Amino acid sequence: MSTSEGQPEVHSGQKAGGQEVRERRLHPVTPLRRAWAPVTVIAGWGVHDPHQAQEQLTKLTATTLLTGFAILVPAASLYGFLSWWFTHFAVTDSELRIRTGLLFRRTAHIRLDRLQAVDVTQPLLARVAGVAKLKLDVIGADKKDELAFISESEARALRAELLARAAGFAPETAHEVGEAPVRRLLHVPPGVLALSLVLTGATWGSLLAALVVPPVLWFATHSLWTVFAVGVPLLGGAATRSVGRFMGAYDWTVGDSPDGLRIDHGLLDRAHETVPPGRVQTVHIVEPLLWRRLGWVHVELDVAGSSQSVLIPVAPRAVAETVIARVLPGVTVPASLPRPPRRAGRCVPLWWRGYGLAVTDTVLAARHGLLRRSLALVPHAKVQSVRLTQGPWKRLMRVADVHVDTGADKTVTARLRDAEEAAALLYAQADRSRTGRRDARPDRWMA
Amino acid sequence: METGTAPEDEPVWAGLPPGLLRMRRLLLVVWLGFLTLATGLLLGLLAGPGWALFALLPLTLLLWGWVLLGRNWRSWRYAERADDLLISRGVLWREETVVPYGRMQLVEVTSGPVERHFGLANVQLHTAAAATDATIPGLDPAEAERLRDRLSELGEARSAGL
Repeated sequence: MSTSEGQPEVHSGQKAGGQEVRERRLHPVTPLRRAWAPVTVIAGWGVHDPHQAQEQLTKLTATTLLTGFAILVPAASLYGFLSWWFTHFAVTDSELRIRTGLLFRRTAHIRLDRLQAVDVTQPLLARVAGVAKLKLDVIGADKKDELAFISESEARALRAELLARAAGFAPETAHEVGEAPVRRLLHVPPGVLALSLVLTGATWGSLLAALVVPPVLWFATHSLWTVFAVGVPLLGGAATRSVGRFMGAYDWTVGDSPDGLRIDHGLLDRAHETVPPGRVQTVHIVEPLLWRRLGWVHVELDVAGSSQSVLIPVAPRAVAETVIARVLPGVTVPASLPRPPRRAGRCVPLWWRGYGLAVTDTVLAARHGLLRRSLALVPHAKVQSVRLTQGPWKRLMRVADVHVDTGADKTVTARLRDAEEAAALLYAQADRSRTGRRDARPDRWMA
Repeated sequence: METGTAPEDEPVWAGLPPGLLRMRRLLLVVWLGFLTLATGLLLGLLAGPGWALFALLPLTLLLWGWVLLGRNWRSWRYAERADDLLISRGVLWREETVVPYGRMQLVEVTSGPVERHFGLANVQLHTAAAATDATIPGLDPAEAERLRDRLSELGEARSAGL
């Protein structure tokens, strides 16, 4: 299999709406990825259960091993080649079509105006080979549809074209629009990132567990093997988690472009995410206990069709707020969030002090958490339904919870509000969510 | 529109038809009545008449359930306002849901075999958020269909994406 920068061949055109649709194949290195699969499965098994793996390996003779490989490797290559050969994709005026599958055929037509996010990711090996993976977020799909792999330049061009078409540029010009200019909003320096990880409770927790558990086990069992078997994975896990987070968030850059929000990050595995305008359903501002003195925050996004994604791994609050103002136009983070009434303390002792709620004319902001404060901002236009719940004890205390359901299939809750306030909020929020919709941007934001 | 005559902020509440209560109570009486009889007879014949008093357990459950079902049924109500649908329910654990018509993705009318026998149908609203739990159970099929048509019509008129 050649790994040259060959242009994927143009396949026989398919008639669609009287117009030729150019079908393309993935990059020729793709089969190599598939060929790896059985090897990684065996390696994973070996790592997961080393003792048994070794036992099984000693049973095998050299000849069985060789014949095994002689069958496995060509079979895997053939599978990889065939799955590559039978995978095609094409971009039409309104859709991205992916045709794949050897035995079980699958044809996916992805409507571009419903596109929620486009990611270009490059694992380390893919960077070496000069290829990239294109992932697409669509509402309702359980997992991201992806094109893996296509050449790096092609991935960028395709992303630009998909976003241009999704934005509503005329079809003839869509592939000539090119990459939208990016204006950098934020860059996280490595020093700040490292310090923020040091100040994270999870890092210390796993490190502490890794340091405390092995000696305890030694005193309990006096068996060196048990200590190693538990201590090494614990220590390794603690290290890989922190180092992994550092490498994943290294060189974190947030940019603003007409295509939407650009997030680029990664040390070894690079990822370039794009969230088109108006797709953000909820913004979470998280403030861990140890960061509070430094005034740093962590910001996450809820986008329909994908799991929660990080917008800013760490940044000073003021900087984060300016970025949020770009993500949710016209939104200011409310400064003061009134707490629930004192009697709420009889429902949730102590932690009630962390709850807070504020409603501005653009967002509903609800806070929870005492040590690790988390503030959720929901634009009124993104509210799908509003619910009020009240159990017997809360009724006695004359408090109630108000839940706001968003399109990202997440719920934000304003906890333990005064019952009358909650009832008023229920109706007012429903009205606001209806009227907030009127000045929302259209799905095709450039049309 | 029916709600047009009422002031905006005062919803016109509608309760559920009595058919649902009848069905639930009948099912309760059938199952727990059977259980009461079975316990009373089996224990009375096999272990002695004193043991037959255990049959009082399902019987009290039956009476209690009878009252509970009534209270729960009375607590359910819904209102069609000009721009949104309200559903309120629950006695101890109260819940009130507001769904703007423009957010509805799908309106469903479902009816199981037992419900069909009693002439009942459920209307369920789906929005993009799965947490939206907007179901109106035990409606008259004609009313359910009217509600479905009206809701989808209003939803179309006020439609909005995500």
